[in-house]
Amino acid sequence: MSNFSRRDFVKIVGTTAAATAVGLPAFTAAAGSKKVVIVGGGTAGATAAKYIKRGDSSIDVTVIEPNKDYYTCYLSNEVLGGGRKLESIKFGYDGLKGHGVNVVHDMVTAIDPAAKKVTTAGGDTFDYDRCIVAPGISLRYDTIEGYSEEAAEIMPHAWKAGAQTALLRKQLEAMPDGGTVVMAPPPNPFRCPPGPYERACQIGMYLKANKPKSKILILDAKAKFSKMKLFQQAFEKHYAGMIEWQSVEATGGVKSVDGSAMTVTTGNGDTIKGDVINIIPAQHAGTIAKTAGLADDSGWCPIDGKTFESTIHKGIHVIGDAAIQSPLPKSGYAANSEAKVTAAAVVALLNGNDPGDPSWVNTCYSIVGPDDAISVAMVYNLVDGKVAKVAGAGGLTPMDSSASDRAREVQYAYSWFNNITSDIFG
Amino acid sequence: MFKRKTVALLLGSGLMLGTTALSAAPTGQMLADTCAGCHGTDGASTGPATPSIAGNAAIYIVDSMNAYKSGERHSTIMGRIAKGYTDEEIEAMAEVIATWPVHETSQQVDADKVAMGAEVYEDACIKCHDEKGSLADDEAGILYSQWLPYLNYSIEDFKAGHREMPKKMRKAIEKLSDEQIEAVNQFFAGQPQK
Repeated sequence: MSNFSRRDFVKIVGTTAAATAVGLPAFTAAAGSKKVVIVGGGTAGATAAKYIKRGDSSIDVTVIEPNKDYYTCYLSNEVLGGGRKLESIKFGYDGLKGHGVNVVHDMVTAIDPAAKKVTTAGGDTFDYDRCIVAPGISLRYDTIEGYSEEAAEIMPHAWKAGAQTALLRKQLEAMPDGGTVVMAPPPNPFRCPPGPYERACQIGMYLKANKPKSKILILDAKAKFSKMKLFQQAFEKHYAGMIEWQSVEATGGVKSVDGSAMTVTTGNGDTIKGDVINIIPAQHAGTIAKTAGLADDSGWCPIDGKTFESTIHKGIHVIGDAAIQSPLPKSGYAANSEAKVTAAAVVALLNGNDPGDPSWVNTCYSIVGPDDAISVAMVYNLVDGKVAKVAGAGGLTPMDSSASDRAREVQYAYSWFNNITSDIFG
Repeated sequence: MFKRKTVALLLGSGLMLGTTALSAAPTGQMLADTCAGCHGTDGASTGPATPSIAGNAAIYIVDSMNAYKSGERHSTIMGRIAKGYTDEEIEAMAEVIATWPVHETSQQVDADKVAMGAEVYEDACIKCHDEKGSLADDEAGILYSQWLPYLNYSIEDFKAGHREMPKKMRKAIEKLSDEQIEAVNQFFAGQPQK
């Protein structure tokens, strides 16, 4: 860490000044400030970094993130539908750097909670007073026979946006009219619960306009899903005869895949051929959370509701999709909201104060057709040390909401995207 | 008014984050920060449709949230969200929102409509929306540089009876043609004029 601080210092002050004794007092002072290391620069990690700096700019904040660019999962379905370019969901880290955050592009390989040290693949170590772990999800390829990281190059998951999104889009473009898209949504809990069904709608929008004889077959690992009635209404209204959803109770879900034959086989033993196959496997907390021993037997990270500090390792907070944050969902808005609450808690704790009472919000839009979006919202507070929904608040877009309200929700969905991404990365 | 704003400013500063933490409820800052995902950091919306809330009078935010909560004011999502807060929480977040500087956007507007809208504004709107709709002291919503789709939705809702209009506004609106209303919305959205 001291090496990094020095390098960073050199960057700011200039090589000459740093090389002389003039630089040393400042360097010593910087070394004496409180240090926060954030593992992962996605929605949760980047928001936390920015809001810690907003709360107390004297705290030394370092984000360690392997990727130079971040592609948001949200609105990546619109890239698949062709309504948006991949470039528009790509964000860099200049904004965070502008807030005085140190951004290191490296992969964290170990976290030592006793020594309060983080180690990277590049061989650097970083000391911390408090650590925030926000690695998102890891995909459990081994839960479907025949599926693997390599097989995902043939049957993409596209559940971490970027190259996978581009690949799935390319396959949809190459698919002949009359082809079948097979989708396999994962079992609970997973990132972005309405995501697979919005994806079906977005792919449906593309196919309806370009390849109207095609089909989308959803072989779900579940019997019910997020915003279910609203999505079923959209399937019927916009994609009748094109989108077919099948419950796990009817098929047994997708048990195995064969990339060379382009087939999936269900629990009931039916083998189905697809022209494009989108396998979204079961998920766990991001790999580093598991390596660092922050996850329990469920594969996700237990946390204290008030501060999202790990109940396994003190001094480490886990936020975003990796945490067991239920009833907060594994959504972008929730990750952004959790990050702000935890940032305020970390600022308070590092200044010797008690963290304040938290308040969280989730707002999530799904664009299901032209001028047709639906949403879910909820406000959360802390009850008996646990995250709880505020009684009487929140809920879904009404089934009978007007066409003009649905059209407004599309515009609000785009506003949501612009505002949340500028809140995170701007 | 000045005192209330000063308190809110202090609450909003990082220095106070820790010391206010002993209170039994989330701070105004904690509550107001949750708005950013849709309304922008510090209430400055990047659009295209969700309004900036920055710089509105606290009383305007409180009234709006209560009207959403009761259903008196039509909404897509705000009614569902407003129901999540107590009166005290709404007041606390409103005090913070009121301290945020009014946001300036840069929107594509029609210069002819903006010019026509300027005249409509002088005739019909200025009494309650002074300083081109940028004055929080009016206790009317900030219209200055507001996102055009939001201004249009608002007028639609007022005219459809989905949102209560003050008597003076109803009288003023009744005298305006659709074209004039469209122009005045363009006028507000087009601020600051280049």
